Amino acid sequence: MTVSSFDIERRLLFDAIYLKYHYDFRGYAEASARRRVRTAMVRLECATVSQLQDRVLHDPTAFADVLDVLTVPVSEMFRDPGYFKALRERVVPMLRTYPSLKVWVAGCSTGEEAYSIAILLREEGLLERTIIYATDINPRTLQQAEAGIYDIARVPGFSENYRRAGGRAPLSDHYTARYGRAAIDTTLKRHIVFSDHSLATDSVFAEVQLVSCRNVLIYFKRELQDRALSLFHEALCRRGFLGIGSKESLRWSAFAQAFDDIAGEDRIYQKRDEDGRAALRRPH
Amino acid sequence: MAEPLYADRIEAVVIGTSAGGVEALLALLPALPAGLRAPVFVVLHLPRERPSLLVDIFGPKCAVPVREAVDKEPISAGTIYFAPPDYHLLIDDGPIVSLSDDEPVHHSRPSIDVLFESAADAFGPGALAILLTGGNEDGAAGVAAVREAGGIVVVQDPEEAYAPTMVEAALARGPVHHRLRLADIAGLLRGLAAEKRPVRD
Repeated sequence: MTVSSFDIERRLLFDAIYLKYHYDFRGYAEASARRRVRTAMVRLECATVSQLQDRVLHDPTAFADVLDVLTVPVSEMFRDPGYFKALRERVVPMLRTYPSLKVWVAGCSTGEEAYSIAILLREEGLLERTIIYATDINPRTLQQAEAGIYDIARVPGFSENYRRAGGRAPLSDHYTARYGRAAIDTTLKRHIVFSDHSLATDSVFAEVQLVSCRNVLIYFKRELQDRALSLFHEALCRRGFLGIGSKESLRWSAFAQAFDDIAGEDRIYQKRDEDGRAALRRPH
Repeated sequence: MAEPLYADRIEAVVIGTSAGGVEALLALLPALPAGLRAPVFVVLHLPRERPSLLVDIFGPKCAVPVREAVDKEPISAGTIYFAPPDYHLLIDDGPIVSLSDDEPVHHSRPSIDVLFESAADAFGPGALAILLTGGNEDGAAGVAAVREAGGIVVVQDPEEAYAPTMVEAALARGPVHHRLRLADIAGLLRGLAAEKRPVRD
């Protein structure tokens, strides 16, 4: 099939963004990237992608707006309660055996996932010995994540998820409500390091026992997905754990043989032991 | 109308529906014949917080394989893929299945517009879009995208639809190729698996 003008322009836009701002969207899945670029065109009132490129190259504020569209900060606390229940039942007992814990929430967006894991670990008595690295590429969403302030209208949904995830206390034990907002308990924040990290261009920064990266890989093409998985594989300690989104799968990745599926529908995997390494097909 | 008009041309079928959709799909999907080549993608608006039962409902009734879509799954010929609750379903280059949790469109995730627009991008004139009963305007923009890309658009006759809003919104945006009752849409789908007719008979 011939390449459409739109796709040509879109590739040029991603090249321009990479060269100018060092954000790499070239490995993003085509279908959702097309839609996001169209959304950015509407939001910035550009009739063509080339016009959008012009704005992006000459106006850093316009780029920040485009970055918001391309990274879509949508998340909620305890999304997919079954995942958190499985973390509690299948993973926490193993995490207890470590004297100190490191957890990597990759693609943390506005922070809901990182706080959910922090709450879970606190309830299990593990938070005091834990550092959670919560990373994302968008500086605006990282700021929001660090602030930990959410619209109170979203909280009933969070509470319902939390309850279904096996939460033991009222969720309100972990936030303070005021002026229509819910502010996350600052003692949770002491255990979370929010920082800028790109799965497309950066490398591993720590050894961790658990990586939680949900609904991030769906936006990547297979090659970029394999790059991200190689980072997770390298970052994880021996027999470390990886959690992904409920409709994501490692099956079509180069790392299908590098992890054991330990929670089926809830998509939690455990890094296979060293002898499993022979089975690992290294990408490229 | 039930002639195998499009058997040589259609590479993928995309179906969108909302209120009254399960009943409408029960009239259509079991009509899909074994030996169908085109994959079929279905967005049905459902409550987001519960797992979908669509595969359990339709699997035993259909002659072709029925699956809930998983991200990056290679697309198999003649298979029905349902969008999972709370994700958009898209067709990506490959072609492979692609999911997204981008914000809802017309308060809907999965959204019919998102699926149809991705089908227009991926298959152009090879896309067949079918819009059925529904109570909101999701799908109208998607139908327009499929039409503009040269694909075929079929809508359920709004007089027969349990909720006509969805089809009427699409009709208000421009012409469609066929406006049919479910029984005739089923006939058209059966024709998709027909063998290629000889050029001269």
